[in-house]
Parts: sequence; structure tokens; C-alpha cells
Amino acid sequence: MNTILKKETLSPSVKLYEIEAPLIAQKALPGQFVVVRIVEEGERIPLTIADSDPERGILTLIVQEVGKTTEHMGLLDEGMAILDVAGPLGLPSEIENYGTVVMVGGGIGIAPIYPITKGMKAAGNRVISIIGARSENLLFYIDKMKAVSDEFIITTDDGTSGIKGFVTDELKRLIDEGVKIDRVVAIGPTIMMKMVSEVTRPYEIPTIVSLNSIMVDGTGMCGACRVEIDGETKFACVDGPEFDGHKVDFDLLMQRQAMYIEQEKKSLECFRENLVHRI
Amino acid sequence: MAKIEPKKTAMPEQPASERIQNFDEVPYGYTEEMAIAEAKRCIQCKDPKCIEGCPVEIDIPGFIRLIAEGDFRGSVRVMKEKNLLPAVCGRVCPQEDQCEKFCVLGKKFEPVAIGRLERFIADWEARQGEAEIPKPAPPTGKKVAIVGSGPAGLTVAGDLIKLGHKITIFEALHKPGGVLVYGIPEFRLPKEIVFREVDYLQKLGVELITSFIVGRTKTVDELLTEYDAVFLGTGAGLPWFMFIPGENSKGIYSANEYLTRSNLMKAYRFPEYDTPIMQGKRVATIGGGNVAMDSARTALRLGAEESIVIYRRSKTEMPARDEEIEHAEEEGVIFNFLTNPVAYHADKDGWVKEIECIRMELGEPDASGRRRPVPIENSNFREPIDTVVVAIGNSPNPLVPATTPGLETTKHGTIVVDETTGRTSKKGVFAGGDIVTGAATVILAMGAGRVAARSIDEYLKTGEW
Ligand SMILES: Cc1cc2nc3c(=O)[nH]c(=O)nc-3n(C[C@H](O)[C@H](O)[C@H](O)COP(=O)(O)OP(=O)(O)OC[C@H]3O[C@@H](n4cnc5c(N)ncnc54)[C@H](O)[C@@H]3O)c2cc1C
Ligand SMILES: Cc1cc2nc3c(=O)[nH]c(=O)nc-3n(C[C@H](O)[C@H](O)[C@H](O)COP(=O)(O)OP(=O)(O)OC[C@H]3O[C@@H](n4cnc5c(N)ncnc54)[C@H](O)[C@@H]3O)c2cc1C
Ligand code: FES
Repeated sequence: MNTILKKETLSPSVKLYEIEAPLIAQKALPGQFVVVRIVEEGERIPLTIADSDPERGILTLIVQEVGKTTEHMGLLDEGMAILDVAGPLGLPSEIENYGTVVMVGGGIGIAPIYPITKGMKAAGNRVISIIGARSENLLFYIDKMKAVSDEFIITTDDGTSGIKGFVTDELKRLIDEGVKIDRVVAIGPTIMMKMVSEVTRPYEIPTIVSLNSIMVDGTGMCGACRVEIDGETKFACVDGPEFDGHKVDFDLLMQRQAMYIEQEKKSLECFRENLVHRI
Repeated sequence: MAKIEPKKTAMPEQPASERIQNFDEVPYGYTEEMAIAEAKRCIQCKDPKCIEGCPVEIDIPGFIRLIAEGDFRGSVRVMKEKNLLPAVCGRVCPQEDQCEKFCVLGKKFEPVAIGRLERFIADWEARQGEAEIPKPAPPTGKKVAIVGSGPAGLTVAGDLIKLGHKITIFEALHKPGGVLVYGIPEFRLPKEIVFREVDYLQKLGVELITSFIVGRTKTVDELLTEYDAVFLGTGAGLPWFMFIPGENSKGIYSANEYLTRSNLMKAYRFPEYDTPIMQGKRVATIGGGNVAMDSARTALRLGAEESIVIYRRSKTEMPARDEEIEHAEEEGVIFNFLTNPVAYHADKDGWVKEIECIRMELGEPDASGRRRPVPIENSNFREPIDTVVVAIGNSPNPLVPATTPGLETTKHGTIVVDETTGRTSKKGVFAGGDIVTGAATVILAMGAGRVAARSIDEYLKTGEW
């Protein structure tokens, strides 16, 4: 169970894993995530189900290496197993035929935006996708995203691929050009989701964002993941992770995401030190 | 007849100043001599009242008499007829409200230390090496799914496997044991004890599947297509907050999160274990139950200089076990009674810096029979604080009820059952423990498990609902 059947490097810090998890694969819907733990001493971390194949019983996870657990995961090879994979968790994305939808994926957010985009396309929407990253080498899933989009835009901060600029610049351009947008779904760094929500707010375009607050259990048991939506406390793992971007207190979310910065640094340092010793 | 010692035989324990430096268990337990001496205090009433105080009706004078006679193995046998988890119950049951409350000695002296003897006999058995595995019962061909591996689920599993049914336990977390493992700290209930019991069940043939969230990985209806009956023992795992200003500031935890990080994820051994936890210097815990005591004492062990319990009623109304309150006091936990938080104040980075409280006074008794705390106007005051643990209660997690059509619940989110059978409104589905009663006790959860096991067996035999 939980065996890594395939591992692929998508960009210097992003890896794709295909994991054998038939029960979860049969249930997974776009927008849902799993909680994984890779070693006995390990932390539980949430990862979005980037794709699932119920027939083959396979889940695809796309992981950006940002700290101890994700770096450690990067050392696992094909054939090895992930200790625990629990899910699918969270509410699935709302997918209907809204008309024209703009799907915005920034950085690692391209992974979770893909299954929703696929769903939106299948539901009959006209899909405009905007994916962005700091630089060309951080982009991935370009062909897959293209295949489920009617219009496809790439932005990079440094102009090494697509249009130089931010995803929000392109979103604004579409609005300014008078494209009638019925819904925006944006997933990426918190600051990006905040900016996207600011762009669409004056036009009252329904805007959905996916909140990656710090989680422990992922089942509604601890409240680590609490966020404020319209001034009300919600648990992102069970009430979300998707919420109305115009109602989210992004500043609170960003503060809470930084709660363990010191310890995270220490954890990563210890991990890397131990690795050196082992080699 | 020999003269009766007025006081319980003392149980040796780690000195307070030492134990707040570690997470090892506080009491060491009785030696054989101590246990025999304490057992001899029991006057072996003809009409023992203590049994009436025990939710699972252990033959208390019976197991104590055998200890007094030095027949420990016999004592274990008597105990296990009624209680599958004596090592747990001896440590965490509120004996002062149950068996020991009814002990006749208690009228004049201290009651017999029934809890300590229960613990002694369980630990004695564990020291004898592996428990004997009884011969498996002839298989009935019936399959039962148990959802949740807390004391309720474990009891049902233990009772039904012995009757020859095939048992699978589904647990959402990565480790079994429920609150016994994620909630109650190591210094009060070593996890080793719980894992030993689970291990024993597995040796009996119980199958355990962790990281399986019923309602998500599979629904109850799906389980019903594969199993002949389903038992829901999912507990009361949804933490309450007060929804007061500033409560989402950094440094403020629910007790569930604080204790889960520390116990289940072993954050107290960070960075050896990866999960971090705030090691606050001035920690406030809100609440007056066992959960609050566990949190306040965990804070001390994580290095708090001051660990303060803030409780809106007075000491007499505290629902925590007496022993927990005593231990907390000995360890230097500060109690702020008749006080309630109204807001938290954070710095510009969102870290909690101050707690704002209001003083309370006691008014008329409320529905619980305890006097209702009423705020005293204009008595607000602020104190510096860097970590807060909100331990004001839990209710059932709505996931299973929400994904199970036909399962009747109350307005509190608990599952409605027939008390004498544990049957829910849905055919083939039984429930017991905190999911039915709301947050209660280990022994009540086990008692409910026992009742349900009996009626599940009956249902499997007759098929009648
Ligand atoms: C619903 C959800 C879905 C996610 N999906 C993906 C995904 O598909 N791919 C991906 O690469 N990342 C995803 N993340 C983020 C991922 O969980 C974190 O990057 C990961 O936990 C970092 O762990 P670490 O030990 O490597 O790094 P750390 O150094 O521990 O943390 C780096 C940063 O990640 C965040 N983080 C740390 N611990 C947790 C935690 N337990 N839960 C959530 N965030 C945490 C914090 O903001 C922290 O500052 C998702 C997060 C959420 C909440
Ligand atoms: C910190 C703390 C201290 C306590 N101290 C004491 C004490 O000293 N004495 C005492 O008698 N009582 C104490 N209690 C109360 C006691 O622990 C509970 O009453 C008892 O554990 C309830 O047992 P249960 O089997 O009903 O549920 P739980 O022990 O809560 O177990 C339920 C299990 O079900 C799992 N679960 C939930 N949902 C799902 C799902 N959808 N799918 C699969 N699995 C699921 C949970 O993960 C959990 O493991 C304490 C409680 C806490 C939190
Ligand atoms: S992660 Fe624990 S409640 Fe959401």
C-alpha cells in the first residue's frame, strides 16, 4: 500500500509522485487533498490530489520542496512506500457550467488547479487558464493544462517564458478587454490569491481560492487550520479548503502560516546535518 | 479483627520538582507489599456498595480479596471478566465519583484505594510477560466493522472477536487508541500500555486499518455492503472555541491541537520528531476539566515558567479528577478561579501578547446543577501571556452523521441510540461512547461498548432489528 510507482522531476524543486492508493483514488474529487506522513518521527502534511486514476488505483501528488518533510519525501524512490496516506479530505470543488471561467495557478498552485480545470472543461465551461511562476524552470504541467483549456496564458516574473509579469496582470487585462468572466478560481501563494481577489472584487466576479493553512489531522479535530471567512472562524480542512476569496482574511492566514518559521528552520538544518552524517 | 488504617496506602511517585522536567509517568504504582496491605483494608462487605458505583460492575471485593491473599493471577482473572483495560482505568477513572465514593470505609476513613489496586493488578500481569492468547472461538462467518479505536471501539472488538466474529477496526488517525493516545499525556497514561492492549487484540485476530476516514475513504453505507454490522465509536473530537476577539492569534491552541502535537506527534521531542509546538513561558489554559489539567501540566513540561489555569467557576465545581487537580497544584500550576477570558490582544505579527479577562461570581444553579457563573461588570483586567490553550470542551465530529443517511442525531450532534442495546436508527448500525453521550469518560465508553457488543452478537445471530 502507498507504494511510489513513479517519480518524476518537474522542476528543480518540484517532484511528481504516482502513488498506489486504490481506495482513495476511487473517491478522490477535484479540490480534495490527502494527509501524508513519511516516517515514524514525521509530521503530517497535507498535499492536494493533483490527479487520480480510479481504474489503476493511483493518486498523483506534486510536491514542492520547501522544508524538512517535503525534502525528505524527495529522497524516496520508486518502489518505496509512504508510511501513511489518509484521505480524500476536504470538500470537493464546486464544478458546474458557469459559462466562462478563468483558472489561475501560481507556482505549486498549478498542481491543484489542474484537476479542477479538467472538471470545469468537462462541465462545459469556456476555460481560460493563466499559469505563472517566477521563472520558466519552475513551470510544469503545461501540456496537460493546455489540453483542458480553451485559452491558455503563461506568465513569468522574469519573462523567461510567456508574458513577463504576474498572473494578476493578465487577469486584469482580460477584464479590461471586456471578457465576460463568470467565475475565477485561483490557487497559489497566499499573496497571489489575495491579489487575485482584489482584482476581481470591484467587478463582483465570484472568486474561489484554496487556503493552505497549517494542518495536523486534516479531519476537523484540532483547529490548527482555522481561518476567518467574513469574520467567522472556519476550519480549512473540513469547511474548505476552498472559500470565497472576497471574504477571506488573507493577512491572518499569512501570519498563521508563519507560526513555526523558527522551528521549521531548525528542523531542516537537523535533517540536512543528519543526512551528511549518514553519507 | 485487625485495626483499619484510616488512610489509603500511599503510592510512591516522582517528586514534583523532578517530574515537571520530563514526560515520564508520575506515580510508580504499588509494590506487592503495598498492594497486599491496601487490599487488607477492604472489609469485604456482604452487600458491597462499591460495585454499584462501577459502570462495568467489576467484582471489586472479589479481586481485592485475591490480592490480599497474594493470588494475583486469580485477581487478574476476576478483573478481566468485566474490564478489558484495567491498566487504563486504574489510571484515569474518576474513582472518587464512582466505586470509591460508595466504599463503606469512606464514611469514617479514606476509602479503599480501588483504582490503585486495579492499576497494580494490571501492571502485575503485564510484568509476567506476554498475556496468554485464548484459543480462538469457532468462526461464525459474520463480519463486523468498528469505526474508531478509542476505548468504546476496542471494547466492542475484544468482546466480539472472542465470540468468533471477524472484526475490522477503521481508525482515522495513524495510531490506534483514540483519546487515550492523542489526548491523555504520557505522564498520566504511558502509550505503551494502550499499544500493548491493541497488540493483544490483534493477536486475537482483530484487523486494524489506520489512516482510514469513514465518511471519506468509505462511507458507512459502503461498509454495510461488506460487513454484517457496523459499530460507530468515533468519539467527541470536535474542539470548541469561545469565538472571542483575537482567538485566532498565533500562540492560541485548542487543547486537542496542543495535546495532539505533544502526545500523538511527540512534539515534546522536537527536533528528533518533526512536529513543532510553542514552548511558551507564560501559558494560560482555559477550562477546569481533565483536558485542562493535562494541558496545563504539559505546558510546564514544555518549559513554561508559569502555567495558569483560568476557570470561570470555583474549585468545587471543577470537573477534573481530584488526583489531577492535586498533581497540578503540586507541580505549581496557578489557578485563577471565577475568571473568564473575553478577548486576546496580539502584536503586529499576530502573536498573542495579552489575555483580557473578566471576574465572575456564582449565581443560581444551572441545568448541570452547578452554580452558574455570572460576569461582574467592569471587572476586566489584562495579563501578559504568550501561549493559550482553550480546553472548554468538545463535541462529536459531524463527518460520520453527515455522510450517513438515515442516522438520527440530536441537536448536540450526538447519535441517538437505544441505551440498552446501542442500536441506532439505522439497521445494522450501532454506536457508543462519546459519540452518543458527548464528551464523558473512558469507563462509560467501555461500558457502552460492552452493551453494544452483546446486542451486535444477538443481531448477528437472529438478524432481527
Ligand atoms: C490543503 C493543502 C493542500 C496542499 N497541497 C500541496 C501540494 O499539492 N503540493 C505542495 O507542494 N504543497 C502543498 N501544500 C503545502 C504543504 O503542505 C507544505 O508545503 C508542507 O507542509 C511543508 O512541509 P515541510 O516540512 O516540507 O516544510 P516546513 O519547513 O515545515 O514548512 C514550510 C511552510 O509550509 C507550511 N506548512 C508547514 N507545515 C505545514 C502543515 N503541517 N500543513 C500545512 N502547511 C504547512 C508553512 O506555511 C511553512 O512555513 C498544501 C497545503 C494545504 C493546507
Ligand atoms: C485530554 C483528555 C483527557 C481525558 N482524561 C480522562 C480521564 O482522566 N478519565 C476519563 O475517564 N476520561 C478522560 N477523558 C475522556 C475520555 O478519554 C473519553 O471519554 C473516551 O476516550 C471516549 O472514548 P470513545 O471510544 O468514545 O472515543 P475516543 O477515545 O474519542 O476515540 C474515537 C476514535 O475514533 C476515531 N474516529 C473519529 N472519526 C472517525 C472516522 N470518521 N473514521 C474513523 N475513525 C474515526 C478517532 O480518531 C478516535 O481515535 C479525557 C479526554 C481528553 C480529551
Ligand atoms: S487540520 Fe486539524 S482541524 Fe483542520
